[in-house]
Amino acid sequence: MTQLNTTVAETVRTIVGKYGKLAADAATLSETSDLYAAGLTSHASVTVMLAVEDEWDVEFPQHLLKKSTFGSIGAIVAALAELGVTG
Amino acid sequence: MTVTEAPTETLQQQARRIGTQVAAVHAADVDRAARFPVETIDALRAERLLGALVPAELGGLGHDLRQAARVVRELARHCASSAMILAMHHIQVACLVRHGSSAPLRAFAAEVADRQLLLASATTEIGIGGNTRNSSCAVELDGDRFSLTKVAPVISYGRYADGILATARRTADSVPSDQVLVVCRRDSLSLDAISEWDTLGFRGTCSQGFTLTASGPAELVCDAPFALISTHTMLPTSHLLWASLWLGIAEQAVSSAQRFVQKAARKDLSVTPPGATRLAALLVTRQQFAAPVEALLARYLRIADDPEATAAIDFMVEVNALKISASTLVVDVVGQAMLICGIAGYREDSEFSLGRLLRDAHGAAVMVNNDRIAGNTAQLALAQREG
Repeated sequence: MTQLNTTVAETVRTIVGKYGKLAADAATLSETSDLYAAGLTSHASVTVMLAVEDEWDVEFPQHLLKKSTFGSIGAIVAALAELGVTG
Repeated sequence: MTVTEAPTETLQQQARRIGTQVAAVHAADVDRAARFPVETIDALRAERLLGALVPAELGGLGHDLRQAARVVRELARHCASSAMILAMHHIQVACLVRHGSSAPLRAFAAEVADRQLLLASATTEIGIGGNTRNSSCAVELDGDRFSLTKVAPVISYGRYADGILATARRTADSVPSDQVLVVCRRDSLSLDAISEWDTLGFRGTCSQGFTLTASGPAELVCDAPFALISTHTMLPTSHLLWASLWLGIAEQAVSSAQRFVQKAARKDLSVTPPGATRLAALLVTRQQFAAPVEALLARYLRIADDPEATAAIDFMVEVNALKISASTLVVDVVGQAMLICGIAGYREDSEFSLGRLLRDAHGAAVMVNNDRIAGNTAQLALAQREG
């Protein structure tokens, strides 16, 4: 997680803040903070996923549709990198 | 009543024996008085069936979920309230034995088998709108002891349970979705009733509301997050056992319709009875009902040890779909049987009475409301992708 692209990570953070319905302010989260512990429900994680897909015009394949993919901002960034979103 | 034992019988025969010799005998009174079916639960205890899902190494029968479902399905034909209590007990035991890995929780599971303890559940809570994945109450830890107070709109057969598994926030600082499952033992809990249970069906489950106050050793709080327990075990186990139970209700209604048509056929051998064509159609519906229940049970057994596979969207969509289809079909089947049996099915005093089955059947769609399940499926469907 040392090579995180700042722009992608910050946009993910904005999306998580907007759609994640977290108890905490997304700005206070680190890139490794556990989003589920911060109040992300599986219901809200779907909304976050759809917003991320819309933002970068990508589609998460089935093998990425697991809880851990949305476990932290860094995990979402890593999944996006797998889909070719780095810049 | 003494139940006569036949050592070579299958599990289904055993369940049928308890069903006909005990459950069916008391079912009408249990229903009328909305009372706990103590005779049936004691008969299950006497044959060690409350420990069915406890592994053999902990002193249980070591049955798998399909075997447990077989008993629930058969028992439902004779007293659906008894079958529902057994199903709900099994759901708690399944969560306990899979996720309760600490020594005290393992010991408690062994005690369930040894002393045939009956476990109940307190997952819903006043003020959270029926979403079991949120809690407002929280576990309070003081040294090595926990305490918990929960206002639960429903704790089925709570007054008769030897233990209650309750959900709560992990700590007072946790968000509502950060939940744990807590084992509350009978000897260290108190229940203050906040509502009665006077309903259309499943009257014997005595699903009153209570304020639950409990305390105990902190080790009786499961380490595993409830989110995991719910997805991995509680949800699939619940829907599979409930669907099996509703299938049992439907099979009893089909059996009544079939016996009615056969009786009519014997009366006038020159014509096929008018209900025979409807019966043929009903047998199609019964098959459509049974097939996915059995298929999904088999699928769950294959993946039950894999938390990722049980959390897969495809599987969750299928489990949700089963809940909706089974709970809809059970009402449909009993209704079709009513048309076949006619006034004999409508009467409360005939051998073909379908009234209690119909009332119980209507509980299926409203216990965990189908609209809630459909809303959940709709959200999952947005994320579902072809593999």
